[in-house]
Amino acid sequence: MAEEVKKIMFTVRKPPHGSIYVYEGLEVKLIMAAYDADISVVFMDDGVFAVKRGQDTKELGIKGFEATYGALVDYEIQKVFVDRHSMESRGMTEDDLVIIGEDEDTEEPIRPQVVDAQEIAAMMAEQHNILSF
Amino acid sequence: MKIAVCIYEGPYNHEASDSAYNFIKAAIDRGHEIQGIFFYHDGVYNVTKLMEPPQDDRHIANRWSELGAKGIDIVVCIAAAKRRGIVDEVLVPNVRISGLGQLTMMAIQADRMVVFGD
Amino acid sequence: MLHTVNKSPFQNNTLSDCSRYLQAGDVVLLLEDGVFAAQAGTTQTALLEEMTQQVTIYALSADLKARAIKELVDGVKVTDYAGFVELIEQHKVHSWL
Repeated sequence: MAEEVKKIMFTVRKPPHGSIYVYEGLEVKLIMAAYDADISVVFMDDGVFAVKRGQDTKELGIKGFEATYGALVDYEIQKVFVDRHSMESRGMTEDDLVIIGEDEDTEEPIRPQVVDAQEIAAMMAEQHNILSF
Repeated sequence: MKIAVCIYEGPYNHEASDSAYNFIKAAIDRGHEIQGIFFYHDGVYNVTKLMEPPQDDRHIANRWSELGAKGIDIVVCIAAAKRRGIVDEVLVPNVRISGLGQLTMMAIQADRMVVFGD
Repeated sequence: MLHTVNKSPFQNNTLSDCSRYLQAGDVVLLLEDGVFAAQAGTTQTALLEEMTQQVTIYALSADLKARAIKELVDGVKVTDYAGFVELIEQHKVHSWL
C-alpha cells in the first residue's frame, strides 16, 4: 500500500539579512521540495519582510535570495502564504510581495497568497510536522 | 512514538541545546524512540571535540556523543557545517555529517518533530 | 496543537503573535525565557489571563526555578520535562522561535 504523502509546513517568522535563519531556511525548503512531501510555506510576523520586493544586498556584500523566491513555483513549492495582519501592520500590501513564479497557461505572475491568521491556524492543525525557520 | 529533534543554536550561548537535551532524556525515559537529532544553523557547533568547558560545567559535546553511543542517529548538516568550519576531523564520536535530505526524512518519518532554537 | 514560546514577552512580541493563531483546545508551553510571561502581577498578566480563557497554558518548572519565578498568573499550570513529552504525545507542535 502506498504511504500517504506527508504534509510538512515551514513557518518563517524572522526578518531577512539580520541573521542567517531565513537564508538557510530557504535551503531546506529547496531540498525538501525534491522529496515526496506536501510542502507549504507561511510567512508571518517579521517573516513577511523576507518576501518584500526589491531587496538589494549588493552594498551589504551578502548573497541575496529574492531571485530564488522567484523560482519557488519552478521548485514545485506552490503553497506559499502570507499572514494578512503581519503584512498590513508592517505597512505592506499584496503589491509589495515578491513574485514566486508565473502561471503556466496565462503567464500571469504568481504571488504568495494572503490569508488570515485563523486560516493559517487551521492549516497548521492539518500538518504532519512543522519546521520553523 | 518516533520523535525527531532539531537544534538551531550553538552550545552554551543559548539554552536551546540544554532544553533539547533535557527533553530528549525525558522522551527516552517515557519509552519513545528518538528518530534522530539534527543540528542546523549554529547548532553545528554543539558536537565539536575542540570544546573544553571548565571542569565544573557540563560538557555539551560529550553529552551528545553519549546519546549517539546509545544508537541515536545524530546528524550535523553538511552545508551549515562547511560554512562554519565544522568538518569530520573535529567531531566527537557517534555523530555524523550528512545532508538536508536527512532532515527531510526525519520530518517525514517521525511522528513528531520538535525544534529548539532562538 | 502545542505551541512552544521561548521568548520573554518584555523583549519581543512572540507570545502575543502566537496568541493570534490559537484554536480552541490548543496548548501553549512557556519555556526558557518564555516563562517570564508566567510571573504574576506584570504588564503581561492581562494577556496571559486572556489566553487562559481560550487555551491551556503551561510553564516549564526547570526554567521557572532557574529564574526565581514563584508567583504565577492565575490559571497557568506548571509542568516538567516529562510533562513536556506528554504534551508532545498528545499534540503536534509548532515552535514559535
